[in-house]
Amino acid sequence: MSAVAATTQPRGEILSSILAFVRHHVLTLYSLLFFAYLLLPIAIVVAFSFNHPTGNFNYVWQGFTWDNWRYWDGVPGIRSAVFLSLEIALLASLVATALGTMIALALVRYGFRGRAATNIMIFLPLSTPEIVLGASLLTLFLNLNVVFGFWTILIAHIMFCISFAVVTVKARLVGFDRHLEEAAMDLGANEWVTFRKVTLPLIAPAILAALLLCFAISIDDFVVTYFNAGSETTFPLFVWGAARVGAPPQVNVIGTAIFVIAVSGMLVNVLIQMRRTRAATS
Amino acid sequence: MTVASERATSAPAAQKVDVRLEDVTKQFDDVVAVDRLSVGVESGSFFALLGPSGCGKTTTLRMIGGFEQPTEGRIYLGDREVSRLPAYKRDVNTVFQSYALFPHLSVFENVAFGLRRRAVRGETLRGRVEEMLRIVGLGGMGKRKPRQLSGGQQQRVALARALVNKPQVLLLDEPLGALDLKLRKQMQLELKAIQHDVGITFIHVTHDQEEAMTMADQIAVMNQGRIEQLGTPTELYETPATAYVASFLGASNLIAGTVSGANTVRLHHGPEVKVRPAAIAGRTGEVAVGIRPEKIDLGGGQENTLEGTIFEQAYIGVATQYLVDTDCGRLTVYRQNASPGLNGAAPGQRLTLSWSPESTFVVDSMEGSE
Repeated sequence: MSAVAATTQPRGEILSSILAFVRHHVLTLYSLLFFAYLLLPIAIVVAFSFNHPTGNFNYVWQGFTWDNWRYWDGVPGIRSAVFLSLEIALLASLVATALGTMIALALVRYGFRGRAATNIMIFLPLSTPEIVLGASLLTLFLNLNVVFGFWTILIAHIMFCISFAVVTVKARLVGFDRHLEEAAMDLGANEWVTFRKVTLPLIAPAILAALLLCFAISIDDFVVTYFNAGSETTFPLFVWGAARVGAPPQVNVIGTAIFVIAVSGMLVNVLIQMRRTRAATS
Repeated sequence: MTVASERATSAPAAQKVDVRLEDVTKQFDDVVAVDRLSVGVESGSFFALLGPSGCGKTTTLRMIGGFEQPTEGRIYLGDREVSRLPAYKRDVNTVFQSYALFPHLSVFENVAFGLRRRAVRGETLRGRVEEMLRIVGLGGMGKRKPRQLSGGQQQRVALARALVNKPQVLLLDEPLGALDLKLRKQMQLELKAIQHDVGITFIHVTHDQEEAMTMADQIAVMNQGRIEQLGTPTELYETPATAYVASFLGASNLIAGTVSGANTVRLHHGPEVKVRPAAIAGRTGEVAVGIRPEKIDLGGGQENTLEGTIFEQAYIGVATQYLVDTDCGRLTVYRQNASPGLNGAAPGQRLTLSWSPESTFVVDSMEGSE
């Protein structure tokens, strides 16, 4: 485009070309803003895990240090809180997924009295506000004179995880070809061998997904845990307590670690899926 | 109907029977899928259960395979009663309509599945699986996953997976239904050849009368949970026992009439026709006579005759089809195109149709025909 051509261009055309530019790039701009809005808080959490704060508050950037990562458990109580959370999340996801898988199998495979009701009830914990779940569990435990602590937290977590596990595994079972199991039995496999050799390998991805999902929602649960923890402190409870007096950068360290582990787990999953589809199409 | 049920219940005495059903009934809630069915399948035969969808043929097969339990009655494999045994305790293997190949296992492991369950290991296992893959034409494909195979190849894996166990009886549930026509024709002949080679009893469920007639030694035509007629393809085609069988296996012309003698039937709107005395088989009163379209001649010369006018003709390659209006209704006639071109007869032309008493069959009534 020569200079002569540009000067002879009428005003209207310049305006319309600007408009065209905006039209072309408005989606890009919007997407960038959207991701910034989404990711900025996480970026700040990660960045401040390397901050070297003076005083109680980790809000102002003071200087870079590895110390928070090196002494991640340098704050009293944080170590036991992290381990308690891990322990609860691991046990709760295992138990909830095992129970959830069995419930899903029963719901999809068998017609029994109360199946429709069970199907609806499974969704109740998903749609009930956590505060209601937490408060009602608290009432229940108080009425039963249960000592609050590890076991009440575990029971509460298993309770709200089961629904997620059921929904995840059920989705996979609905599209499952029953003839595969019949074929296995036809070839001499009894019920148990059929489950082990055919059903389980085929629903394994869903079971794994349920495990990860349960782990993720258990490890960061605050509301239900707060009601039922007694004197025990899980990591979210620790963060809440610490935030009142000024959260130490170690909280950011643990948060970042959880984030990195979750994201890398997801990436590995995506890579495996991509390799599988490539193998299938080649 | 009486003829049909008698034929169905009396299994041949001399032959060894591999599968025997005694008064088997299967009820799903208030629907009777199989209704007091009794049948015997000879050892080493290729037996077809033929019928439209919903006639109970697949349910019958599933009861033999052990996937459904009969509501009433007994099922025997050889001399052993298996009515209540689960599938994995029966010496029977199935080729499923959907193939049901295990998607997470290789072709080799799919075929090896049954042998592994019976603790066959090492070289013996390897040898048997590879030999079976060669027999079905899939040598060297053992490492592939089922989804990497074509429909026809998957079908062969399903067959190999069942046959490698050398079962007493092989059940095939519409095994060729998902294949295209050309491949289906080829597999029909291959299946027949494989059955001949291995000598295992095959029970084959299909709704395709041509497929059943191509492959089977014995065909049981099923309708509403019962066997309408059991016999060889020739018997079923030449002497169908009911109007239903006559119209399900190929085309046929049925004309209502009354028995008027030991070997004659008077057509309701036409002349008296001659039939074989055996065809009447003691029937009296209202009956229907049947003639296959290719057994009617355009023109006189045979013993039974009927006047008519050509309504329409259609050239279909191997034969020309004529629709001829007579006093007894519209009849279909096939005339083989032995010489090139059409044969001269044109719509509107009046002519005489004739056929021999030998090619005339008699059924109880028109009921059940299409």
